[in-house]
Amino acid sequence: MTTQTTEPFAGSPRWFELAAFTGVWKRETTLFRRYWVSTTFAAVVEPVIYLLAFGFGLGSLIAVMNGIPYIEFLGTGVVATSVLFTSAFSGMFQTFVRRKFQATYDAMLAAPVDVHELVTAEAGWIATKAGVYGCAPLVVAMFFGLDPAPGMLVVPLVGFLTGLGFGLFGIWCSAVVPSIDSFNYIISAVITPLFLVAGTFFPVDQLPGWAGAAAVINPLYHCVQLVRHAAFGFEPLLDVLHVGVLILFAVGMWLIAVRYMRKRLID
Amino acid sequence: MTARLQEQQAAGEEGAGTALALRGVVKRFGDITAVDHVDLIVPQGICLGLLGPNGAGKSTTMRMITGQAHLDAGSIEVLGHPVPAHSKHARAEMGVVPQLDNLDVELTARQNLEVFAHLYRVPRARRRDAVDRALRMAHLVDRADTKTDELSGGMRRRLLVARSLVHSPRFVLLDEPTVGLDPQVRQELWSLVDALRHEGVSVLMSTHYIEEAERLADEVAVMSRGRIIARGTPAGLRDAHVGREAVEYYGSPDRLGEVETIAVEGGLPTRRTGPSVSVLRAEHMPESTAALLGAGARRASNLEDVFVSLTGETVE
Ligand SMILES: Nc1ncnc2c1ncn2[C@@H]1O[C@H](COP(=O)(O)OP(=O)(O)OP(=O)(O)O)[C@@H](O)[C@H]1O
Ligand SMILES: [Mg+2]
Repeated sequence: MTTQTTEPFAGSPRWFELAAFTGVWKRETTLFRRYWVSTTFAAVVEPVIYLLAFGFGLGSLIAVMNGIPYIEFLGTGVVATSVLFTSAFSGMFQTFVRRKFQATYDAMLAAPVDVHELVTAEAGWIATKAGVYGCAPLVVAMFFGLDPAPGMLVVPLVGFLTGLGFGLFGIWCSAVVPSIDSFNYIISAVITPLFLVAGTFFPVDQLPGWAGAAAVINPLYHCVQLVRHAAFGFEPLLDVLHVGVLILFAVGMWLIAVRYMRKRLID
Repeated sequence: MTARLQEQQAAGEEGAGTALALRGVVKRFGDITAVDHVDLIVPQGICLGLLGPNGAGKSTTMRMITGQAHLDAGSIEVLGHPVPAHSKHARAEMGVVPQLDNLDVELTARQNLEVFAHLYRVPRARRRDAVDRALRMAHLVDRADTKTDELSGGMRRRLLVARSLVHSPRFVLLDEPTVGLDPQVRQELWSLVDALRHEGVSVLMSTHYIEEAERLADEVAVMSRGRIIARGTPAGLRDAHVGREAVEYYGSPDRLGEVETIAVEGGLPTRRTGPSVSVLRAEHMPESTAALLGAGARRASNLEDVFVSLTGETVE
């Protein structure tokens, strides 16, 4: 925390200041105190519905998938869906509304906060929510018979890292689209394929060769793999690769999101 | 630039300190030059009124001061901090009331202030006092826990001002703080600004209300089409450009035309004021001209006369 000294504002400002970050988070935590009930409700009820519908529907046809009971295969896969939806939708809609309709960011940028700090703080908050709520499907799946495993403790971190990338992806989209309706294109053309072809509902090696290859460049696929390995046993070499892809995705999205948000927020 | 303006700027630069210095500032949006080589010095401790009609470039100037718009040329210094290089330091010591209300409608009045106490880095131990003080200044203590979208327009505007003061800034930017408010609420805001000035806070306030500039500003800079075309105290500008008194004549369009002709022949400037013609510099009116013009309503001249005679444009 910055403390007031006699010459508090001498020299060059530091490139990244914690105070800017905590300032933005103060707003988020204040808002969250108002909305946590509905947010939590949605986060828990959605995976329950998935597991009930797909688990019992498909589960009666497919007992075992890749050597795992289908309901457990699904329960671990839906973590990624949950992370994707939490982060990408917050990034898109919330960021758009706050920038365009509420001018919240304009207000904040008149205070000692720079665009890159604002974007980092917003994405960090989205990722934290994604990391926490991403665990909900896992917990729900336990009621359907998934055995707890110590490896699962890394799931919030996997959710955070994935949520960071997709949250930033959403923020970037919010800076590109001309109006809020345009998100429909992104949801149909980008989000839906991402979430279907990630190995959530069926293994990607069931797909034709080209689609299987496409899945490998889908960051969500790497999230799904990491979560399954956390639940059923890590494969260290592969998992380092999966983490690497997610880090690369987040860094790339950060660079683009900051660049486009700066263009939109600074005339 | 007039000699007078140069003098004042020199005085400002050497005085107790400079709150704001703009030098040769240019801002273009495509073909539009929104701010066109503006030089503007605000000495510490004064309230400078930036007076200009719609589209003059007032808000654009303010956004460059906060680092929210890039400069195409020139330089800006806020409280000694170069902008945009050290813009974050400048913003930390500055309060900003934007033209458009951007309060957080989902939060209460108090929560709005708390968030900005964090953003402005008020130390933890002083945060609560700072928020309480801001609520008192805005007369919102009773409504502290009301959600912002349930406050009246005047209350919201007071909260917007309070938000800009929560960290006790040394310099405050007010972009048309009273536009669209009813006269009573406007008065309340005026006393708030007046109180700031008495605390030694420097203020740059844009407005297109002449009365506001006259009441609050120690000095006025007149802005038109991106340029500063005059600068001085309200009284000084009046004396320099339109004299001390004006006489208004009413009548049919033909009669008004006649009044204009007679006045110009007598060497006096005129301007249309709604249904009447005002003859300016009336304290120098020759006896003969007065006799020809007949009876009119004598009044003190005002900044609006200055503005119109400088720009040919009208303001509210
Ligand atoms: N983001 C922008 N993109 C393009 N043009 C802009 C932008 N912002 C301002 N302008 C143009 O710059 C000029 C100056 O606008 P500005 O908002 O600074 O005027 P103003 O003096 O604040 O007017 P008002 O009294 O109406 O608020 C106008 O012609 C405006 O259309
Ligand atoms: Mg404006």
